[in-house]
Amino acid sequence: MTSLADFWSYLSEGPLVWLTATLLAYAIGDACFRGSGRVPLVNPVLVAVALLAGLLFVTRTDYPTYFEGAKFVHFLLGPATVALALPLYDNLGRLRRALLPVLAALLAGSLTAALSALAIARAFGVGDTLLASLAPKSATAPVAIGIAERIGGSPTLTAVLVILTGITGAVVATPLLNLLRIRDWRARGFALGVASHGIGTARAFQVNRTAGAFAGLGMAMNALATAILAPAILPLFL
Amino acid sequence: MVHAFLALLICQLAGEALTRAAGLPVPGPVAGMLLMLALIRLSARMRDLLRPVAETILAHLSLLFVPAGVGVMGHMTTLGSQTMAIAAAIVGSTVLAIAAGALTFVLVARLTGSGDD
Repeated sequence: MTSLADFWSYLSEGPLVWLTATLLAYAIGDACFRGSGRVPLVNPVLVAVALLAGLLFVTRTDYPTYFEGAKFVHFLLGPATVALALPLYDNLGRLRRALLPVLAALLAGSLTAALSALAIARAFGVGDTLLASLAPKSATAPVAIGIAERIGGSPTLTAVLVILTGITGAVVATPLLNLLRIRDWRARGFALGVASHGIGTARAFQVNRTAGAFAGLGMAMNALATAILAPAILPLFL
Repeated sequence: MVHAFLALLICQLAGEALTRAAGLPVPGPVAGMLLMLALIRLSARMRDLLRPVAETILAHLSLLFVPAGVGVMGHMTTLGSQTMAIAAAIVGSTVLAIAAGALTFVLVARLTGSGDD
């Protein structure tokens, strides 16, 4: 028993255990997703996060220790964003033909995301710091955090709100867009990327390549749009 | 594979340098994506080099959000008494934003005759 405890304390010092656990949890999440017949609610990220949170709780592991292993996966977000250039390239012709719909949808999606989030939160009597953290939540995390800091929000809280927004979008997009009878993959992907950044884009790639390319574009464009719109909109609600 | 990954990292690095130097409000990787787009438009060789690596990474894009997602779990308790308000704001605004974006896209595409092929 002591040797097992020793082995555990030796392992938990290094990144191996939590890197392995992260990939394993995702593999399980992905298997659940496929096994469920691709039900959006059985989102692989959601399943993996729930499993890992449970595991961290049971083993009394703090987040910095976990992140020592998980950071290798987290780091790949940057190169993955750069890699979005490829589907974008493959869809350049499509994109040129859809310039006006893209710009209109960006404006509509970005404004609706910030305005409706602030209006709903305000109706619940939420305080100013939380409102400022909420305003940029549809933008990709580094941008949203930068904006929130500038307009009086909390970086940590913003990171939480950004991730929650991403997961929500990934889960609701398919049933919502089916309900609205929108069959255009460009529209479906783009709207999801604008509203739910990278997590929405990851979801779009699970469904359709064109949707994925347009989602990546939506995410990139909304990073810029939110940086301009969120600081302008927030004062209306303070 | 090494070369493709190197190209991704160099574009990201250049993107970080560019956005910082110019004080742009976009993240470095997004600027890196635009640089990579310019690169693969110019070079078919670069395109072929990048394709297998990019497709592998993008096929598992969801995985990359797991560490950040686990971090969020630890902060759920800090939302405290405002959890309901936040849940309503997040779910409500995300549903409305997706609907508004997609409907606007389809409407403007129809008006301007830019349907999909």
